[in-house]
Amino acid sequence: MRRQQLEDMLFRGTTKLFAVGVLLLLGAIMLALFIGALPAIRAFGFTFLVDSTWNPVKQIFGGAPAIYGTIVTSIIAMLIGVPLALGVAIFLTELCPPSLRRPIGTLIELLAAIPSIIYGIWGLFVLAPFLQSTVQPFLKATLGEIPGFGILFSGPPLGLGILTAGFILAVMVLPFIAAVTRDVFMTVPPMLRESAYGVGCTTAEVVRNIVLPFTRVGVVGGVMLGLGRALGETMAVTFVIGNAHRISPSLLAPGTTISASLANEFTEATGPLYTSSLIELGLILFFITFVVLAAAKLMLLRIERQAAK
Amino acid sequence: MTLYNRRRARNFVILALSLGATGLALLILFLILGTLLAEGVPALNLATFTQTTPPPGSQGGLANAIFGSVVMTIAATLVGTPVGILTGTFLSEYGRTGVLAEVTRFVNDILLSAPSIAIGLFVYVAIVVPMGHFSAWAGSIALAIIVIPVVVRTTEDMLNLVPAGLREAAFALGAPQWKVVVMVTYRAAIQGMLTGVMLAVARIAGETAPLLFTALNNQFGSTNMNAPMANLPVVIFQFAMSPYADWQRLAWGGALLITFTILILNIIARMLASWSGDTK
Repeated sequence: MRRQQLEDMLFRGTTKLFAVGVLLLLGAIMLALFIGALPAIRAFGFTFLVDSTWNPVKQIFGGAPAIYGTIVTSIIAMLIGVPLALGVAIFLTELCPPSLRRPIGTLIELLAAIPSIIYGIWGLFVLAPFLQSTVQPFLKATLGEIPGFGILFSGPPLGLGILTAGFILAVMVLPFIAAVTRDVFMTVPPMLRESAYGVGCTTAEVVRNIVLPFTRVGVVGGVMLGLGRALGETMAVTFVIGNAHRISPSLLAPGTTISASLANEFTEATGPLYTSSLIELGLILFFITFVVLAAAKLMLLRIERQAAK
Repeated sequence: MTLYNRRRARNFVILALSLGATGLALLILFLILGTLLAEGVPALNLATFTQTTPPPGSQGGLANAIFGSVVMTIAATLVGTPVGILTGTFLSEYGRTGVLAEVTRFVNDILLSAPSIAIGLFVYVAIVVPMGHFSAWAGSIALAIIVIPVVVRTTEDMLNLVPAGLREAAFALGAPQWKVVVMVTYRAAIQGMLTGVMLAVARIAGETAPLLFTALNNQFGSTNMNAPMANLPVVIFQFAMSPYADWQRLAWGGALLITFTILILNIIARMLASWSGDTK
């Protein structure tokens, strides 16, 4: 009996130890990145966040272009990806015949299984030339002619640039947002839905007036989860963004993101300050995604509790 | 137009748009797979699997990269799976309530979506710099860190699905808790847990970002885990970005190999999961 109690304690202790280990892992990542970034933080201070110089020769580094590129590409991805993902979720929950629900849902999820680098190589050789020859000239001829707003679509259509990266990211976050949204749509009690149909609502009205208000927090959580993914996405963006450390007003121009700068320059960085500046960019990225993902998680927890009631 | 017709028209437009969105997503999936087949199949031949990566302009294959990917994926899975399973066990069996479990669950979900390039940076600072050189071990550790949260999540979910009656029956026979967990709960949930491991393998098989600053790359065949090692994702990255046509062709071949391996792993994992669902 004594032995069994000891064994039980050992087993419980071991599992607990590993759980604490996972917990510490997050802290260790932050700490290591902070230590690695320390020389750059000391050298540049807060100007690192707003300075757009990136001069490896003079050893002056500013993170503004990379931070700007990360945020702008993610915004484009959300503007395109969220409506598409909502459409997919609405289709799967309201419109799709039940026998097709699983196969189509699985295919959409396979879109999430394709590795980032495949999106990158496809974006570089297929999507970018297509955008360059058709979509970008069209955007320039239409949106580009609007005074003021048109500056977003000025400059030559290169194919590679911020907009293309945004497109690729939109495709990549779509399956994540669609999967979460579909799951939270499923938490709507059938009674509510049926009552709405009973008083004569159309499917679109049920989605707008019943499903979306009921699941609002969960949908926002799913969108934030997608945003977290888009911010940190590396390889696909590295292929198509064009890798230029400057902030251009035009979305057609090449730019860079935090993750693309890291992927491109880290192993070739000369001098400790260069490496350290890149690590500081990584720390900033990790911090931003941490905040976004934590917010997403809190929102999804709320809808889980609501569903459990 | 009457109100009724307007409402019907609006309903039609919205549903058509949602159908269109789904169609577009599926179209992109098939376009990507189609491009991979069209570009990748002609690039694959016996030499791809037997020769090492060539210098530009000469013949070669991807043998060293395939070997490196397989070895690092296996090492990462062997390291990450036990950690993940034990943590998942704690969350499900001992941590249904309590602050530690709640916080671990939260942190685990964040690690699940954390940018993989940041994990690569972490391993660079924590392991590559102190060791003084890039190595396949560092690459494996970076991949293992990505495996852990996936396995934790699926293990916990799968153990939670095991009916309480099964555990209670074992307890009633006088079995200590660890025996109940290992001999009853694990056995009941084994298919689901395997699914989690396969999904984790599928996830890391194509990961590139964490390998860039850890395993780096190696032009030659190497079986030394303590030295830089070639791996498919990094080779694809390097070759696809190069201006050489024969390198780009090899990159497509590698891309085809990785994608279909991952898709097959995913499909098997799903079949395992639904099969275990049927037998309950």
